[in-house]
Formats: sequence, structure tokens, C-alpha cells
Amino acid sequence: MARLIMFIILAVVILASAVFCVTTKRIMRAATALLFVLFAVAGLYFILDYSFLGAAQISIYAGGITMMYIFAIQLVDKNTLQGMREHWLGKKTILAGAISLVGFATVVLVLLKNAFIQKVVSADALSNEVNMSDIGRTLMSADKYGYVLPFEFISLFLLACIIGGLVILNTKKDGNNNDKEETK
Amino acid sequence: MIQIEYFFILSGLLFFIGVFGFVTRRNLIAMLISIELVLNSVDLNFAAFNRLLFPDGSEGMFFTLFSIGISAAETAVALAIIINVYRHFHSDQVNSIENMKW
Amino acid sequence: MFDYAFLILLLPFLSFLLLGLLGMKMPKKVAGIIGTCVLAVLFGLSLYTAYHYFFYTGEYEAMKETFHVVNGRLDGGQGVYPTVTVFNFTWLRFTELLTFNIGFRLTPISVMMLIVITTVSFMVHIYSFGYMAERDENYKAEGYEKGFQRFYAFLSLFTMSMLGLVVATNIFQMYLFWELVGVCSYLLIGFYYPKHAAVHASKKAFIVTRFADLFFLIGILFFSFYVGTFNYDMNVTPGLTEKLTAIAANPALQWVLPTALFLMFIGGAGKSAMFPLHIWLPDAMEGPTPVSALIHAATMVVAGVYQVASLLPIYIQFHATEQLHWIAYIAAFTAFYAAAVACAQRDIKRGLAFSTISQIAYMLVALGVCTSLEGEGSLGYMASMFHLFTHAMFKALLFLCSGAIIVIIGSNFKDYMGGLHKYMPITNICFLIGTIAISGFWPLAGFFSKDEIVDACFNFAPALGWFMTLVSGMTAFYMFRLYYVIFWGQSYYELDPEHRRRPQEVPFVMWGPLVLLAIISCVAGWIPFGHFVSLNGLPEEIALQHFEFGSTAWFSLLAATIGFGLATWMYAGKKQPVADALERTFPKLHKAALNRFYIDDAWQFFTHKIVFGCFSIPIAWFDRHVIDGTFNFLAWGTNEAGESIRPWQSGDVRQYAVWFITGTVALTLVLLCLV
Repeated sequence: MARLIMFIILAVVILASAVFCVTTKRIMRAATALLFVLFAVAGLYFILDYSFLGAAQISIYAGGITMMYIFAIQLVDKNTLQGMREHWLGKKTILAGAISLVGFATVVLVLLKNAFIQKVVSADALSNEVNMSDIGRTLMSADKYGYVLPFEFISLFLLACIIGGLVILNTKKDGNNNDKEETK
Repeated sequence: MIQIEYFFILSGLLFFIGVFGFVTRRNLIAMLISIELVLNSVDLNFAAFNRLLFPDGSEGMFFTLFSIGISAAETAVALAIIINVYRHFHSDQVNSIENMKW
Repeated sequence: MFDYAFLILLLPFLSFLLLGLLGMKMPKKVAGIIGTCVLAVLFGLSLYTAYHYFFYTGEYEAMKETFHVVNGRLDGGQGVYPTVTVFNFTWLRFTELLTFNIGFRLTPISVMMLIVITTVSFMVHIYSFGYMAERDENYKAEGYEKGFQRFYAFLSLFTMSMLGLVVATNIFQMYLFWELVGVCSYLLIGFYYPKHAAVHASKKAFIVTRFADLFFLIGILFFSFYVGTFNYDMNVTPGLTEKLTAIAANPALQWVLPTALFLMFIGGAGKSAMFPLHIWLPDAMEGPTPVSALIHAATMVVAGVYQVASLLPIYIQFHATEQLHWIAYIAAFTAFYAAAVACAQRDIKRGLAFSTISQIAYMLVALGVCTSLEGEGSLGYMASMFHLFTHAMFKALLFLCSGAIIVIIGSNFKDYMGGLHKYMPITNICFLIGTIAISGFWPLAGFFSKDEIVDACFNFAPALGWFMTLVSGMTAFYMFRLYYVIFWGQSYYELDPEHRRRPQEVPFVMWGPLVLLAIISCVAGWIPFGHFVSLNGLPEEIALQHFEFGSTAWFSLLAATIGFGLATWMYAGKKQPVADALERTFPKLHKAALNRFYIDDAWQFFTHKIVFGCFSIPIAWFDRHVIDGTFNFLAWGTNEAGESIRPWQSGDVRQYAVWFITGTVALTLVLLCLV
């Protein structure tokens, strides 16, 4: 019961923050709302007894990615900080709302028509947390259910992204000069 | 007790809120934030499905873990591109890069 | 023994590559010297080959075959000259039996052709040094240069192709090189490509000969399909005789060999300019004169004769003598027709061209009157080859002389000449020798070879003999007419010496070859040709070399004298009252002769009005509107579709997202309904 209450609280926080996030005119507020969503999702992971996943969510998403957003926001247009030029209740908004509603209805339909719900196990019965050392072993194992290859692969991928980000940001010399003059 | 449907409806709502944001927003960073919402809803589904349908396995969890890693990378690159776009076009609006379709 | 023979084909090819690829990088002189040196080596090799083939005493072997010497000469059995296959490798294997070989084969006539080709080619190479240098000067004013190296490159290629043709071991190799000489002819006729006339002439020559070659190819295919081999030499191909006999004996297949042979002859008729496929040869005179001498007088145009001669044993042994007689009649008519046209030409090179047609027709008549492998019926073969040999020499001489005159005068037309004997004594003498030789006066070359042909004709049918005698009289007439209008009569220069260029003798590089060829023309008739070349391979005497009063030669000698007399009476003086009067009396006849009896116009009518009008235009319409239309419609549809879809790619990411999600949702719904 306590889990259900927790779930409802977190769900409300997620939905409210998400709606606020996509409707606010201030971009900084949108980023803050995103932070709340991420925290609440981490809370859901905790409810599901995935404490490692929740910790990762908080440290990487909430800690790292949101910071990156905030820096990026401050690097770009100052007008954006004051308030985004959005046109509400335009054609686009109605279209987007309609699509979202139809899509959501479809997804729910798919869920309800599916049989896998019958197989569900009660969440209350599961109190065994996934062992931390198991996670470590699985990540580094090369066995049948081991993840060493994706693990290594993602490290390489991240490296590539670092280099890629640097290359993209490092504009050519003449472009650089223009930028400097412009920023001055 | 928490039903699987609850998680599902929650993630579905989150997903389509993200889609709504992506379609309505004109600011590139705001669009990226909407994408983060979408990604989170998917992650949530992975974790919930793993936990509630196949409690013995842990594939969903690892998938979520990797997805978090990849979204971090994706965000970094996307933000780099956005900053570059801003430098070139002096705008962070999505219509400023429309002619990059050529 | 003849192991070096591959050099005969390889050297000119290498020279062609060298001059063709690097010619522009080297000075004119160097290019010319390379080409000429290669030809000198070839000339030497050919003489060496001929000497060894005909006179060598001592045993030797080639292709694992040993040839013996009997009675002081090589023997291929029964006292005849052997067929020596120096090499013969398979290039393409069509089927197990049918292979396309490239080889090198020596027979009496191919050795003779080697001598003819290399001699004339060598002379032409030397002569071109002077000629092309002068011509380059003429054409410089028209912004045209750098022809010298190209010219020598093409000459080398031509020499290679022609040599390859005559040493061919099989009919397909002959066809291959046959086409190659056609290409060279095309390239060299169109040598002065800024001139429209040259371009048109080269196209005409190429198309007409290609048209004829189509029949040659069909003939080859017939032959190879039924006989199963491309080889035609019965001496060296085991089983060929049996196979041919079987085909000839089978009533259902009796038509095959005559048809195939006659189709091949049509190809030969195209190359050898037989009526009505002769139209390209007079126009081919647009090319440089040395080329006319080499290709369009001495070597390439006799390829048809050589082809028929090579296949003659098959013609005679396998019931195709009727086809041979057709060849004789076609050729006889051509000889008469060309001689008649030659009488009225104003362009001296055209006159010589028609004379060439007429003389080649003589050779084919001689082949056509062969009826048996031995005895009197086989005389024509030897006569034909003999005439081929001597004609190559004196016709090359005549052409080179006319080239010398053209270089000096700067025009082809007789109106600008006249009285040149004072200014060009050496050319005068050489041209006179050539004229006497071709007219058939004793003791020069033409007398023996041509009158041998007339003799063969008399043996076949007296009417044909008389006809050919008449033509030989005409030959003397038109040749002496040409000689008189060039070297005697009213001098164009003297009419206005102040303003006109004074004619002078050509330089040594040009008259040297003339003198050499003139000497050959004088003595060639005394070669005991029948000892070397005859249809059955056994030595034969040329009757005329020991002639007596009362033989048929006297008639043709008489005809030639009459022709000579008429020409002297009509053209020797400064004024030509008789000729002018004749021209006025028969204006239509003269005009028709001048216009080659409108054969060209007939062809023009046939191709333009009938072929183009009735077939090509509807086909072109179909091609343009139906076939092209289909593809144009497809292209247009694609283009239109692209144009209409293009705005969808707006570059607006959000719009894409809308479409993407809408699509996904729609697809999901569809799947949902299906499941």
C-alpha cells in the first residue's frame, strides 16, 4: 500500500513537471522541471528495488546532463532566457495535442489487448533487491548473459562523442575570427 | 499494490507529453529537453517490464543503464551542434536550420 | 627457318604505336625516319623471305614439318612450292573444332604480295618525306599542321594490316585484317580533315566497303557453319578436302559453297571497287597522293583479287565455276565502264583512279576465266597474279608522278597543267614509262601481264577476248591522253609567266622512288613469273616472253597502238580541235562520262530516296516517338513526381516528427485491427 501511495505521489510529480516542462515559456524553468521529472523517475526505480539504476539516473541524468543543459542555455541566446517566443494555441499546438491523444489511445489499446498482463507478478512480493556485486559481475562478464561487449562498446562510444563534440565546437580559423569579433 | 498498467499509463503519458513538446517547441534546446522526457518514459517501461513481468532476468535494467549512458552522449553531441548552430546562424530557433535540408 | 617472320607483323605495329602515341613529341624528321627505317627493314626481310622461299637450297623445317629441296627448289610434294605455316596460334576458341587462329602462312602468292606491299610501301615512305613536307606548307595557311607524324603512324598501321591480310592462315584472320586496312583507308582518305570533301570521301569509302564487307562476313559464317573451319588452304588442312567434297556431293547442301564464295566475293568487290560498288574509289583520291599510290592503287584495292585467288581452288574444285564466270562478266563490264569514264576525267588523279578500277577488273576477269586447275584453263590465275604484281609497280609509279605534279602545280586539274616536259624532265620520263607500261607496249611490264590476261580470255571465250582487247586499246588511249594533257600541249604557266609560279623538278627524295619504280616497271615483265606462281604449283611458261607473230598478243598490241595514235592525234598539239569538236558533237555523252555515267547519282537516289525515305524515316520516327517517347515519359513522370513531392522535404524537423508519429500510430492501428 505504501508503495502505491509513493507511486501515485511520484506519478503526479512526473506528470505535473513534464506538462510544466513542455508548456513554460522560460527555458530555465523547463530545465528545472526536467530535473524534477528525472528525480521522480529515479524514485520510481527505487520503488522497483533498482537502487543502482536509481543512483545512476540521479548521478548521470540529474547530475550530469541537466548541468550540461544549463550551461548550454546560458551559452546561447539571452532572449531565450527571458522567455521563448512560442505561439500557443496555433495550428501546431492543436495538431500536436491531437496526435498525442490519438497516439496515447493507441498505446493503451495495444496494452489492453495484449495478453502479457496476465503473467504479471505482484510487485509487493518482490522485495529482493538486485545485488550490487551481481550487477558488477554481469557487466564485466563475457558469459552468455554477460555485458562486457556493450560495456566496452559504450565506453568507446562516449569517447567518440567527446571527440565529436570537440570537433563540432572547434570551428575553422576564419569562422573563429568572425565569432570572436561578433562576441566582442 | 502497483499494477503494471499504472506504469504503462504513466510512461505512455510521459511519452506523448514529450512528443507534444517536441512538436510544439521552436527552441532547439527545449526540443532536446522534450526528447529527454521521451527517453525517460521508455527507460521507465524497460525497468518496470523487467521487474514485473520477468523478475528473474535483468536485461531491462541493463538496457536502461546503457540507455542512460547513450542519452548522455547524445545530449552532449546535440548540445554541441546546437551551440555551433547558434554561432553560425545567431539563432537557436529550429526554423533557422531549415535550409540545412539541402 | 622463317622464325623471324613474326617481326614482319610486329615491327610496323610497334612503329605505329610509337609514332601514334609519341609522334607529336618528336620532330617531323625523326618520325619520318623511324617509319622509313622500319619499312626498310621490312623490305629487306621480305626480300630475304622471298629468296629463301623460292631459291634456297638446303633442308629446313618449320612447324615441325620438314621441307625438302627437289630440283633446286623447295618442294611441297609433286614438284610444287609448299605452303609454309610459320606459326599459327589459337586466339579464340568458338567450339572444339572451330577456332580463330592468327598465323603466318607463306605460299607463292603471299610471298609475292609481301614483296609488292613492302616495295611500294617503302617507296611511298621515302617519297612522302618530300610530298608531305610540301603539302604541310600548303595547308599551314589553313591553320592545319602536325600531319606528318600522324601520316607515318597510319602508314605503318596500314602496312601491318595489309601484311597480316596476305599471310592469313584462315579466312577469319583475313577478314580481321581486311577490316583493319579498311580503317586505315578511312583514316588516310580523311587525312586532310579540315576539308569537307575529304571527310565526305572517307565516310563514303568506309560505308561502301563496310556494306560490302557485311556480305563477306555472311559468306564466312556460311562457310564456317557448314564446313566447320575457317581454313581454306586444302594443302595444309587435313580433312578439309573430304569435308568440302562431302558438302558438294550432298544435293541438299550443294548451294552452300557457291553461295558462300559469291558472298565473299561481294566483299572483295567492295574492296576492289567492282561495279557497282566502285563509287568510293574515285572519291578516295581526296587523300594524300602517296596514300592513293599505296592503298588505292597498289595494295589494298587488290585485296579482293587476292581473296578470290586464295579461294580459287575451292571455286574450281567444288562446282562454283559458274560464280567465277559471273565474276568475270562483272569485272569485264567494270573494266569497260571505268575505261570509258577515265577518258573524260579532268582531275588527273580521278583519271588514274578509274584506270586502277579498270586494271583491277582485268585481274578479276583473269581469275574468272579459270576453269580448271591445270592446262589452259589455269592460265588466268597466273596472269592475274602477274598483272597484280606489275600493275602495283607501274600504277604506284603513275600515282607518285601525279603526286609530284600536284605538289608543283597545286591542283589536280589538267587545265592548270600542260607543257610540263620542259620543267619536270625526270617526272616526264617516269610518267611516260608508266604510261607505256600500262598501255601494254613491248617490252615493258604491262605488255606481258595484260596480254597474258587477254590470252586467257581468248582461251575462255573469243568474244570476251575481243572485248578485253578493246578495253586495252581504251587503256592506251586514256593514258596517253592524260600524258599529253599534262606534259605537252599549251602550258598554263606560259600563258601568264609574270603571275604564275614556275613549275620545277621535284627534290631527290621524290624523284628517287620514281626512278626506282620506273626501272622495276621496265624489267618486271621479264620475270619468269609462271615459274613461281601458278594455280597447280607447277612451273609454267609465259608464252609472250617467247612470242611469235600471229599470236593474240598482236591484236592487243594493235589496239594499244590505235589508242596511242588516236590520243596523239587528238591531244598532242597545243590546241585540241578534234577533242573539242567531239565534245561539242556529243555533249550528252561527254557530260555523262564526266559524271561517271551517273552511277553515283543512282546510288544517291537509291540510298536517299528509297532506303532513307521508305525505311529509315519511318524507323527513325518510331525510334524518336515510340521508343524515346516511352523513356521520355518515364523521365518526365519521375521529374514531375519529384517536383510535387519536393515541398514535403521542408527542413522543418517538427513537421517530420508529426509525419513520423502519425505514420507509426496509423501503422500500429492497422496492425491492431489485423491482429
